Amino acid sequence: MAQAISNKEVFLKGIIRENPVFVILLGLCPTLGVTSSAINGVGMGAATAFVLVMSNLVISLVKSLIPDKVRIPAFIVIIASFVTVVQLLMAAYMPALNEQLGLFIPLIVVNCIVLGRAEAFASRNNALSSILDGLGMGVGFTLALTLLGSVREVLGSLSLFGYRFIEADGMLVFILAPGAFISLGFIIAIMNWMKNRNKSSN
Amino acid sequence: MEYLIIIISTIFINNIVLAKFLGICPFLGVSKNTSTAVGMGGAVVFVMTIATIITYLVQHYILNPFDIGYMQTVTYILVIAFLVQVVEIILKKVSPDLYQALGVYLPLITTNCTILGVAILVIQNNYNLMQSVVFAIGNSVGFTLAIAMFSSLREQLDTADLPEYMQGIPAALITASILSMAFMGFAGLV
Repeated sequence: MAQAISNKEVFLKGIIRENPVFVILLGLCPTLGVTSSAINGVGMGAATAFVLVMSNLVISLVKSLIPDKVRIPAFIVIIASFVTVVQLLMAAYMPALNEQLGLFIPLIVVNCIVLGRAEAFASRNNALSSILDGLGMGVGFTLALTLLGSVREVLGSLSLFGYRFIEADGMLVFILAPGAFISLGFIIAIMNWMKNRNKSSN
Repeated sequence: MEYLIIIISTIFINNIVLAKFLGICPFLGVSKNTSTAVGMGGAVVFVMTIATIITYLVQHYILNPFDIGYMQTVTYILVIAFLVQVVEIILKKVSPDLYQALGVYLPLITTNCTILGVAILVIQNNYNLMQSVVFAIGNSVGFTLAIAMFSSLREQLDTADLPEYMQGIPAALITASILSMAFMGFAGLV
């Protein structure tokens, strides 16, 4: 029974309390780089979530076979293999999205979230909770990217998921590089502010 | 002239951190004071140049002849991880001074996405070996410039009186945004 509760906990913690982007601040390169629109955020999040779940699963299964000294290189090879799978799948079935995300697909390999979860979680836990951890982190990452992508798309081109609701020019700067930094900065500031307010009202 | 254009465009116009969003983790993580930031920058210049040469040779003499381009990601990351280890060992023996200065940053570089990113970009842009080297040097100098400027701004930021929820990362990100806006002024230079 205790196991069932902790499994749910393992899944949920990645979404809000330990959200990889807003709380732990990992994987910021793709977070800032691809979120010029909401749909890119969803695509990137899904690709990363897939790699997270699969590499967590495989690492938790083979963890006892890997000597401790070479575990990091071994993890990286496992992760890189799944990234290659994602790369080939996306090039075959979603060429438009693949074009948009470009360089950031192969760079999932060096996304600190994936290696971080492999080292901190999958190398110590069983397969089921590793999958749940990967799924939770993946969903949390996807939500964060989608939120940031939506904010930038609404402000920058006055549309959401490609659907324009006002025929006017947005603030182009939010699509460009400075907008990415400033949007993320304010989102984190607002989250901190809400956290502080909850703490002081308790 | 062609090399000069690559250098200027990689350092200022398409700055790897502020315009292409690569290497954000060290950019935010190791920029609390200027001396560590410059140390990290130096290590990146060193490793990126060597890594780009080696991955270029691997691509053109191993992956392309055997037609196994799909192994690019796996091969590159292994080459980079291996290279960082080798550089660390050699540096320790050959130049203890340099090792003292760069040593602590070397292990962090394997997961610095600028190295893998530049190695892949070089292949995507179809550069020859000399252009690749210049491209790597330009990008790594651009990284060093960005992180050095950013760290000196952050040192000032520490003394600023900010509301509690803006302290730390939010303020740093907004500073980065302004820095990035300043770099946009270079657009159209070449």
